[in-house]
Amino acid sequence: MKETILLTKHMRENPEDSHLLKSYEKNGGYKGVKKVLKSGTPESVLEEIKSSNIRGRGGAGFPTGVKWGFLAEDQERYLVINADESEPGTFKDRILLERDPHQLIEGMIITCFAANISKAFIYIRGEYAKPARRVQSAVEQAYEKGYLGKNIFGSSMDLDIVVHLGAGAYICGEETALLNSLEGRRGEPRLKPPFFPAVKGLYNKPTLVNNVETISSVPWIMNNSGKDYASLGVEGSTGTRIFSLSGHINNPGNYEIEMGSSFGEFVESLGKGVRNEKSIKAYIPGGASAPWLRGDQLDVKMTIDDVANEGSMLGSGAVVMMDEDTNLLFAAKSLVSFFAHESCGQCTPCREGTTWLENILDRIASGRGRASDIDLLLDVCDNISPGLTWPPKMTTICPLGPSATASIVSLMKDFRSEVEVLLPKKVVVS
Amino acid sequence: MTWENARIDKAKEIIEMYPQKRSALGPLLYLAQDKDGYISDDSIVEISRLIGITEVQVQSVASFYSMYKQEPTGKYLLSVCKSISCEISNSSNVIQKVKEFTNLSNNETDDEGLFTYESVECIGACGGAPAIQVNYETVEGLTPEKAVDLCKWLKEEQPKVVVADELQLKFGGTKSFDWAIEDKTGSSSPVPGFQTYEMQEEI
Repeated sequence: MKETILLTKHMRENPEDSHLLKSYEKNGGYKGVKKVLKSGTPESVLEEIKSSNIRGRGGAGFPTGVKWGFLAEDQERYLVINADESEPGTFKDRILLERDPHQLIEGMIITCFAANISKAFIYIRGEYAKPARRVQSAVEQAYEKGYLGKNIFGSSMDLDIVVHLGAGAYICGEETALLNSLEGRRGEPRLKPPFFPAVKGLYNKPTLVNNVETISSVPWIMNNSGKDYASLGVEGSTGTRIFSLSGHINNPGNYEIEMGSSFGEFVESLGKGVRNEKSIKAYIPGGASAPWLRGDQLDVKMTIDDVANEGSMLGSGAVVMMDEDTNLLFAAKSLVSFFAHESCGQCTPCREGTTWLENILDRIASGRGRASDIDLLLDVCDNISPGLTWPPKMTTICPLGPSATASIVSLMKDFRSEVEVLLPKKVVVS
Repeated sequence: MTWENARIDKAKEIIEMYPQKRSALGPLLYLAQDKDGYISDDSIVEISRLIGITEVQVQSVASFYSMYKQEPTGKYLLSVCKSISCEISNSSNVIQKVKEFTNLSNNETDDEGLFTYESVECIGACGGAPAIQVNYETVEGLTPEKAVDLCKWLKEEQPKVVVADELQLKFGGTKSFDWAIEDKTGSSSPVPGFQTYEMQEEI
């Protein structure tokens, strides 16, 4: 199994200065946007993106071309890049921001051309200080060259980009919470409908919200073609994707691959196997929100649809491998604590439920578990996400609450005995 | 203590970047924290005046986000990650050692105002777990011992600017990916060093 290098090509070939405009341009950068501005039309760009069949890389996997097509007509429209990468296990946008910021900027210019947008934002999570500096400096270089600002590349197009730092709230990765945050409000998700960003987004104006990796793919698609992109990967999961591999792995890291190989091949070949020749007990196929798969499910193919068929999701492309020695109760506790900490507090099932889950797991972990605790955990989960299905049924505005149930449901479904041994026996009164 | 003129000028410059004034609230809160180490009552009054919203609205936003600090923060904010990839890579040992060395519990600051300790959720360094941030500069591939060495070094050297590359070279191990680009920039206060707000300096 080999990587397929599209998005990470420039940074690999020019490791020392891939963040600089002169290096990006010398190696074919900004060629795509120049071509588009000279001879393209917004319709032709949209057509290429649609024919590439690229699906959003933030987690939800929505077809990008369709999303762009939804953008409502208005004098004032915005593009917002979601660089609030905070899904535990994920560090793929970090490398794109740090090492190839101009690829993102070029993708943004093409996107804004296609959608007739003249103001764009890059919302970067606050903890990504260094990536934010790199992006800000790249934006400044682009302004100096006339690639941003008024009449960019000598065309009639204007575009301003503002780099905006978040302040440590995972929920702002949810697009409507992100928009609230960018408006200087608490990062609380908005109800959809009516607040679909494409219709009522930033300042209530039509807004495209796209992930860093998605927009970084746009220059390659325009330099080549939508059809070329669609020929990579498999149907429904076209192109390449950067997976963040972490956990008990010899060679963790970001890997750009065509979707369609199995998780097992990925771990053996690129991850160089499991540390200390152990076996995998369980793994997370797509970030902290995704239900776990078992070690005997490593033959599952890494595509959006295959993982969904197994009752989980490919999500943000974060693969976390847990070996045979992992204490899965502690793993679940860490995941649930995360969601409890990050709940915005708007919806009762999530605000109260995640805290309950955290408290119950805490007491089991510290040896004070009760015989009824497993039932109680599942009951609380069921109150947040009725039926405990995946994709989840929602009692909340956004999927954060239901995501908190994923690890507990996985734990109880496949590894229940690991928890049961920690609990006192149920007393049966005859 | 109200804001000095230079800071007000900077604030106005930031407000100009946005189509609506209120969008500048987040950046202005960082501007407040950069000088004072936390969001003071005076800053809340000042920001509400600059943006034209109420003090309660400013406070409501400031209290929502974990990176806006309600109390004075030490010169070095130590944020140890405890999310899944770090958790299964024994971050609890790093947490224990850092707590022992600094003699601090979660979200506490020492009497000298040198360290503030916090355990935090995922900082995007999962491939180099376990990881820590010092004033939001990331160090990956830590061991409990190296984490203590890092704290000792900060205490002895008290660098004006915290630079990720320098700390990584001295105390880090496995990285999430090759950082490749040499970088001497860093953070000079317990807020993310980001040049728009002039909180970033070179060593």
